[in-house]
Amino acid sequence: MKPFAYARPADVAEAVRDVAAEPNAVFLAGGTNLVDHLKLGVARPDLVVDVRTLTSADVSDLPDGGLRLGAASTNSEVAADRRVRERYPVLAQALLAGATGQLRNTATTGGNPLQRTRCVYFADVTTPCNKREPGSGCSAVGGYTRYHAVLGTTAALPDPTAPETCIATHPSDMAVALAALDAQVQVLGPAGERTIPFTELHRLPGDDPSRDTVLEHGELITAIDLPPLPAGTRSAYRKVRDRASYAYALVSVAAVLPPGGDVRIALGSVAHRPWRATRAEELLRGAELTDHSVRAAMDAELAGAQPQPGLGGGNGFKIPLVNRTVVATLRALTSEASA
Amino acid sequence: MDAQVTLTVDGTRHQLPVDTRTTLLDLMRERLGNTSPKKGCDHGQCGACTVLLDGQRQLPCLALAVAHDGAEIVTADGLAPAGELHPVQQAFLDADAFQCGYCTPGQVCSAVGVIEEAGRGWPSHATADVTAELSPEQALTHDEVAERMSGNLCRCAAYVNIVPAVQQAAGVQA
Repeated sequence: MKPFAYARPADVAEAVRDVAAEPNAVFLAGGTNLVDHLKLGVARPDLVVDVRTLTSADVSDLPDGGLRLGAASTNSEVAADRRVRERYPVLAQALLAGATGQLRNTATTGGNPLQRTRCVYFADVTTPCNKREPGSGCSAVGGYTRYHAVLGTTAALPDPTAPETCIATHPSDMAVALAALDAQVQVLGPAGERTIPFTELHRLPGDDPSRDTVLEHGELITAIDLPPLPAGTRSAYRKVRDRASYAYALVSVAAVLPPGGDVRIALGSVAHRPWRATRAEELLRGAELTDHSVRAAMDAELAGAQPQPGLGGGNGFKIPLVNRTVVATLRALTSEASA
Repeated sequence: MDAQVTLTVDGTRHQLPVDTRTTLLDLMRERLGNTSPKKGCDHGQCGACTVLLDGQRQLPCLALAVAHDGAEIVTADGLAPAGELHPVQQAFLDADAFQCGYCTPGQVCSAVGVIEEAGRGWPSHATADVTAELSPEQALTHDEVAERMSGNLCRCAAYVNIVPAVQQAAGVQA
């Protein structure tokens, strides 16, 4: 591991100043992802600024009826919170579908959405990767693509030597639920505070796959706010994976269904960011939710999907799989509503 | 780069300088001679190093020692006074819940955490309805224990006996 300096400032303002002043500085919260990347050589900071004890660890009520999740609240605490379980079951379910009991006891609200992709080539410093080493190329194209993107990519076989190529997916379950809930991210940066809609926090690779989010260097997530939902809203998270526990999603679905209102759908493990299915939502607006209507809406959502060929058959299976998972998730929610 | 840390491990307070790169796991094993937490994968994937860090089951392989100045750690070695067994340790013996034993200290610490979390009514991925209250019995069915212990791998595959051991230690019907 490369040597680094460690700092635990007195407060968040000082932490932001410390990171902003050192181009090769990173924030440390729970560390479940960062410490692993320090060992692998994926992260090579000169300065690690510890914010784990600086931000709030509380889950608190907001005046509008929503909830504020302090950045230092752990994934376990949020998943166990009575208000989260009763009002936002999709979030509790997503958190509980991720990682293990030990990791959820350590991982935080602020850190979870900022975890990096589990693309095997990103984690392997001996292989080219545009996300880890900009301009070096993409080793995933035509390689092991089972966990990779089918949405938000440029082509079924992008140029692996092009500096913008990246077919990685975002690994967080929590983030998919937060996208469906229209959560708001509270950020403190060198220029002050700002609020970012969660659906705009993560980026597509664009021309710079090394950047996962729109956060500028030195910007710190201090809390994530859950807006209030109309009484009677139902929500659920469904995750499909290769084994029953402790595995990343092949695809996942977060759905939020207000009574008599318009369904919100977010998809996980299909794109570089949590994918809000806005096209499908639009087609389902005011429509009756049936297997047929949902399938047709998802067909439209997935019309531009690009299956990635690769070792072991590639990832084309994700396209029908995510469609069926949305149908099954909404079927369960609507039958629950009419029961 | 060195930093000074103070830690309490199994009831004994230690103050020592550490390189900022040192994990809690390496500190305990290499500097304090406490080899109860085992190094399996060293990447947070196997659970062999599980300890109770400030009262909760966590992974010292993914924790920088410098970031846990002042922490209280209990390893499987410190769960019970010398010469005595913690109820979870006794249950692992009674249920024959291990073979080679390498993963066992981590399994035992994780089980202590699981029972405590179940007592607080925490749900899991195996919980059918996360909106409902959960009794310790409901939180420690076979499927619940298997899910809650899924962060602890056992290459001897003693799982079939680990689940009843956890249930026995918690005093719930297997």
